[in-house]
Amino acid sequence: MENLAADKIGKELRQFIVENFLFGRDDSFSNEDSFIEMGVLDSTGVLELIAFLQKRYSIKMADEEIVPENLDSIQRISVFVTRKLQATG
Amino acid sequence: MLVQGFLEDSSRRHPEKTALICDGLRFSYRTIDERSNRLAHALIATGVQRGDRVAICLENSAEAAISVFGILKSDATFLMINPTVKTEKLAHILNNCRAVALITHKRKLDSIQDCWRQTPHLRTVYFAGSDGKTPTDADKQFLSLDAVLASEAHSSQTSPVKNVDLDLAALMYTSGSTGVPKGVMLSHQNIVAAAASVTAYLENTPDDIILNVLPLFFGYGLYQLLMTFKCGGTVVLERSFAFPHAVLEKIAQERVTGIPMVPTIAAILLQMDLTKYDFTSLRYLTNAGAGIPVEHVQKLRKLLPRVKIFLMYGQTECIRTSYLCPDEVDRRPNSVGKAMPNCEVFIVDEQGQRLPPGAVGELVVRGANVMLGYWELPGETAKVLRPGPSPAEKVLHSGDLFKMDEEGYLYFVSRRDDIIKVRGQRVGPREIEEVLCRMPGVREAVVVGVPDPILGNAIKAVIRPVIGASLTEQAVRAYCASHLEDVMIPKQIEFRDVLPVTESGKVSRKELKAEL
Repeated sequence: MENLAADKIGKELRQFIVENFLFGRDDSFSNEDSFIEMGVLDSTGVLELIAFLQKRYSIKMADEEIVPENLDSIQRISVFVTRKLQATG
Repeated sequence: MLVQGFLEDSSRRHPEKTALICDGLRFSYRTIDERSNRLAHALIATGVQRGDRVAICLENSAEAAISVFGILKSDATFLMINPTVKTEKLAHILNNCRAVALITHKRKLDSIQDCWRQTPHLRTVYFAGSDGKTPTDADKQFLSLDAVLASEAHSSQTSPVKNVDLDLAALMYTSGSTGVPKGVMLSHQNIVAAAASVTAYLENTPDDIILNVLPLFFGYGLYQLLMTFKCGGTVVLERSFAFPHAVLEKIAQERVTGIPMVPTIAAILLQMDLTKYDFTSLRYLTNAGAGIPVEHVQKLRKLLPRVKIFLMYGQTECIRTSYLCPDEVDRRPNSVGKAMPNCEVFIVDEQGQRLPPGAVGELVVRGANVMLGYWELPGETAKVLRPGPSPAEKVLHSGDLFKMDEEGYLYFVSRRDDIIKVRGQRVGPREIEEVLCRMPGVREAVVVGVPDPILGNAIKAVIRPVIGASLTEQAVRAYCASHLEDVMIPKQIEFRDVLPVTESGKVSRKELKAEL
């Protein structure tokens, strides 16, 4: 059940990243690839990503949660969002 | 004095002191100096000669810093290129200055491979990093930068230099209103003069630890590296301000004393709860690139009352022009102060006559910091570098409209051309319009800046499609993304059947802007 949810989040995230940061091109990156290394996330990109996550999953993110450990790949975001959703029940 | 002297002198004075902290690694002055010496020897061994141009297309990294000094130590001229550049523009810049070598990241090689057959002057490509395959090309030599920097084959001692301070140190490509990027020629003397003035008013010392999140391809970011090395301080070099929390934690960890900002950074800071961070080590914040809203200055003053805030103004063509003394910031938060040390400014009308206080006119800059001109563009150069008060000199006509008050403080009014400042960086709308007009289905396009709370200005494209064409916002963005740097991709896109035109039938950006 949990994996299914994470899988769904991963798919939605990929779509969001490709549409908004890669502008539709090159979706061949893996779920583990670092957005920073790929050069797709800048300061305004992170703000857009946070706005999307907060709205789509109805979660609230604190400043200290906005770190590469939570947000720097599809895999990391999926784990982070799943954990947040479980915490809020 | 030559610019590499900043590094060499500091390395001689305190070789083991930390010069650079980047990606969790600490580099001493000795290490940076020795590695840049190795690179200089390698460049010379592959045929780089005095005055040749060598391009750097890297993210903020130790390799980028070492490359700047390595190139200068080989008597060549460096240019920094935005790492999100696309093949077409990269090839254009490399060809425009006939660069003989390029230093980039291995990850980037694949996406720019079409560049190789378009750049006949480029002989050598150095790549940082190791993931990905090494390309082969009959005309080019591909070399690992990491191997060069570690190799005992190249001496870590300084190579003899022939350059004098009138020689070109850097070419800084900047967006112009003509649509074609122009290479601003900066001599060693220009950079040394500007760095001396700026570090004097910021009162930098070897104890300064500067946290730099600004890109090194941006003059304001590059100067943080050069000036801190000049003073023998430490640069904490970050890739970007994408993760503000992680960056702000560094202030306490490294006891940061100075942070250069653009207005976008201030806007992001003010969205955060700054009481959670330890700012006790911080001596100053600077703002440049674009004007910061008064409200943001006042909020920062309230939140960080002990921190000095320097509001500054400059442009690539002269690096820096003016600064407001931090003691004045509460009284005139909308001023960019007065000319910096060893620099003079005045305001003139369209005939070049000096104007009295209160009158709006173009700001003219006089000083050793003023560029030599635009690379191989004598016409463009003559428009901005014009005869000055003494017969032999040229002064810079900034293209920025200002007024001065009775006490001599400067207030920015507007740009005279259409340049849009996004995240403090100059974006020429013509360059974007030209790309848009090449897209199938686009008949006409106009690009303007619209106010944005974070970016300062966001780029808006208004497009008139060919009848029957089915363009989508997403398709337009995708097209732009494959031809333009990230900062130039329109954030807002609107389709219209009719665009306002001037009497001569040309699309009127002015009218459209007024309407929006």
